[in-house]
Amino acid sequence: METARELWLAYRLRWKRRRLLARAVRKRRQLRAVADRTGAIQPGDILAFVAVRNEALQLPHFLDHHRGLGVDHFLVVDNDSDDGTRAWLADQADVSLWRTGHSYKRARFGVDWLTWLQIRHGHGHWCLTLDADEILIYPHHETRPLPALTERLDREGRESFGAMMLDMYPQGPPGAQPYAAGDDPFETLAWFDAGNHFIEVQPRLRNLWVRGGVRARVFFADRPRRAPTLNKIPLVRWNRRYVYNTSTHQILPRRLNAVYDAEGGESLSGVLLHTKFLNTIVARSREEKTRREHFEVADSYQAYYDALMADPDLWCPASTRYTGWRQLEALGLMSRGGWV
Amino acid sequence: MTARLGVILLVHTAFDRAEQVARHWARAGCPVVIHVDRAVPRARHDAFARALSDEARIVFSRRFRCEWGTWSLVAATQAAAETLLSRFPDVGHVYLASGACLPIRPVEELIDYLAARPETDFIESATTAEVPWTVGGLHEERFTLAFPFAWKRQRRLFDAYVELQRRIGRRREMPDGLVPHMGSQWWCLTRETLAAILRDPNRAAHDRFFRRVWIPDESYFQTLARRHARRIESRSLTVSKFDYQGRPHIFYDDHLTLLRRSRCFVARKIWPGADRLYDAFLTEAAGRAGRAEPDPARIDRLFAKGAERRTRARPGLWMQSSFPAEGRETSVTAAPYTLLHGFAELFEGVEAWLTASTGARVHGHLFAPERAEFADGATVIEGALTDSAALRDANPKAFLTSLIWNTRGRHQCFQFGPRDDQSLNWTIAQDPNARIAAVTGAWAVPLFRSGRPAAEVRAEAAHLQAVEADHLKVLRSPWTAARIRVWSMAEVVATPAQALRSVLSDMGAPEAAELEMPRLVDLEGFGAFLQELKNQGMHPYLTGDFPTGPASQRAAPRPPRKPYVVREP
Repeated sequence: METARELWLAYRLRWKRRRLLARAVRKRRQLRAVADRTGAIQPGDILAFVAVRNEALQLPHFLDHHRGLGVDHFLVVDNDSDDGTRAWLADQADVSLWRTGHSYKRARFGVDWLTWLQIRHGHGHWCLTLDADEILIYPHHETRPLPALTERLDREGRESFGAMMLDMYPQGPPGAQPYAAGDDPFETLAWFDAGNHFIEVQPRLRNLWVRGGVRARVFFADRPRRAPTLNKIPLVRWNRRYVYNTSTHQILPRRLNAVYDAEGGESLSGVLLHTKFLNTIVARSREEKTRREHFEVADSYQAYYDALMADPDLWCPASTRYTGWRQLEALGLMSRGGWV
Repeated sequence: MTARLGVILLVHTAFDRAEQVARHWARAGCPVVIHVDRAVPRARHDAFARALSDEARIVFSRRFRCEWGTWSLVAATQAAAETLLSRFPDVGHVYLASGACLPIRPVEELIDYLAARPETDFIESATTAEVPWTVGGLHEERFTLAFPFAWKRQRRLFDAYVELQRRIGRRREMPDGLVPHMGSQWWCLTRETLAAILRDPNRAAHDRFFRRVWIPDESYFQTLARRHARRIESRSLTVSKFDYQGRPHIFYDDHLTLLRRSRCFVARKIWPGADRLYDAFLTEAAGRAGRAEPDPARIDRLFAKGAERRTRARPGLWMQSSFPAEGRETSVTAAPYTLLHGFAELFEGVEAWLTASTGARVHGHLFAPERAEFADGATVIEGALTDSAALRDANPKAFLTSLIWNTRGRHQCFQFGPRDDQSLNWTIAQDPNARIAAVTGAWAVPLFRSGRPAAEVRAEAAHLQAVEADHLKVLRSPWTAARIRVWSMAEVVATPAQALRSVLSDMGAPEAAELEMPRLVDLEGFGAFLQELKNQGMHPYLTGDFPTGPASQRAAPRPPRKPYVVREP
């Protein structure tokens, strides 16, 4: 009986994956190439896929950091920016840029657009799918760039790599912290919640569901079921048949979601340092609240946006100051696994 | 003139690095014979050979198509060795290395080291019974079965053929009375031993046999050296570590200091992108380590730790890449902790008293319905864990494991009772880190002290007793692993020091001869209160027996009015 149900679920998920892929193929018409440099992509290159909207402030550091890690080419979809993001991106030699004015929400929060680009350009490559406010780090990232990591994953026979989001925040109201494009955001976003995450297994897609952190502590203490999901699978050895299910939290086929060890050991994992709480958070919350483009159940997030717009101090005496990946490894937020 | 060191280099990838390393050996005066895998395209091979054509000491040997685990690697080594021995008659020792091997100590020091040991063969060589490495679960069968299929490409055929041979009880005989030995494939043999192996009159028989052995590059020379060597040092001069799945570990830039301090001669595998390692070791001048013996112990320890971490998570850690299925965890929690059931109700100021006498962190009711009552009224503690009941109840187990993980290093203690969330009763009772001390029936004390009439609290009392009874069933089940002590309230009231002493010793407090004990709450009239509950039709059995009757006449254990001192008998 149990197997029959499992088979039926596997069958349904296969069709879901096909549906999502077909949808992405349809949505390709919403994309207009601004700068297509994909001809420069070499076999074995590591690619990054990003959908952005008004990220001129974050992008310089974002690109620098991931370039430094060894991303060879960035494939970016710009959703109607009006802050110079597009022109700036179009000038970058390792960026291919598309634009669209269509709804971000109806493109499954940009995933449809990126899926199409992944079908076209990602097949056979290690692909990093990120938001512009996510900075990937992993054990030894200063001395072992992404090609070393992906080679390690290849050797372990792994096709996917998990990195949970860690919300970084300043001491004092975020709106009051200075930041200029290109600065290291962690000069001010130097703090995080180290030990209040809660995890469960989601059997349907076999992923872990990680929630908690500062947003749960400050904004969702009274309704934890709504606390933002933090687990992500940003790095995947792509196949054109793969597709992200919800953001990069879950992917199909579901075997790729097994980025954790269930046998009592620790697997290699990283962290996405989340730079959402730069000073732009207040204005951005105001805009998102009116655009209602961000979450599936937009209404229940009104209170969240209201709280963000009040620019609260997220810091508390039990906050932890960030010092580097070794600290996050020691705290158990990520793991080296056997990669010593 | 002293004998020279010759090097065989097996190369199939990362040619720029192989070129650097080959030149490095040659610069130190070592002839180098390079074998390039036949699978490498001709153009690539030719470009590589051309790049090295200016160096007379570097020659190329006949190419074989190499596949992991098969004879081809031995054949390639044999051919390269023959080339080396015939082209360079003054070679004394022969070092077998790969393109991913990097000399991490000046080659001159290796030459001196070998010159001082002209008759010694450095080859790891142990009988099959003694070796722990068994990729694919094969041991002695590497020799007694035949392996015509490639493990990496033809796994099904490989496995099926192994199974078939096991069924029919196949046992290949070692030729020529050889005793099978295995060891690292990276050796350094004397010319005499190597020549004797290659010119052995029975070589055809040996080769025929080993052609069907599995992973013969780990056993051919290792077995035959035992026949021909004068003096074997059973160790490899190349540090090469394997992970728990039998794959070689890779060295990166951050291993620079580790490698330097190891004083080993050669390391593998080096990541081709490790610029710092190549820059540092290929330019190092002689004289630093001198004649020091190689000491790979630190490297061994590091990789052993890595293997351990990969297969055994840090106890009590539940995280994004380690989430054991039920029963597979190393430990649910990270450190010992204490659950006190009913003590806070019965003793005045027991929390402050425990803090003072044990140094532990003593919380209130962490699982209270209103909020997590952290010690000292804190609303947020280590790890930014908050007192929000909603967040805690979203995943109580995560709350407990986070609390213990975040505060490891200091013993945690918390109060518990039937008013609290009961969902972790089994988890805690089965956790060897838990110390549980329970006083049954103590829930009646707050009801009694509330001054509310028995008729009014009757339903609540019945409910609390039922909840506690369920918890006791768990604590008394044979499936628990916690250290559990249970007393009835009447027992504790009769001899309070005994219960408190057990709690102290469970929390690891030093034995004190004299101890000021906390005071029992005023129980004047408690017996009557229980009787009143009984009169209302409830049956408060978990408190134990308290004398009934009007308060004025009872001979209930009367708590002392001031703290008292207990002495050791």
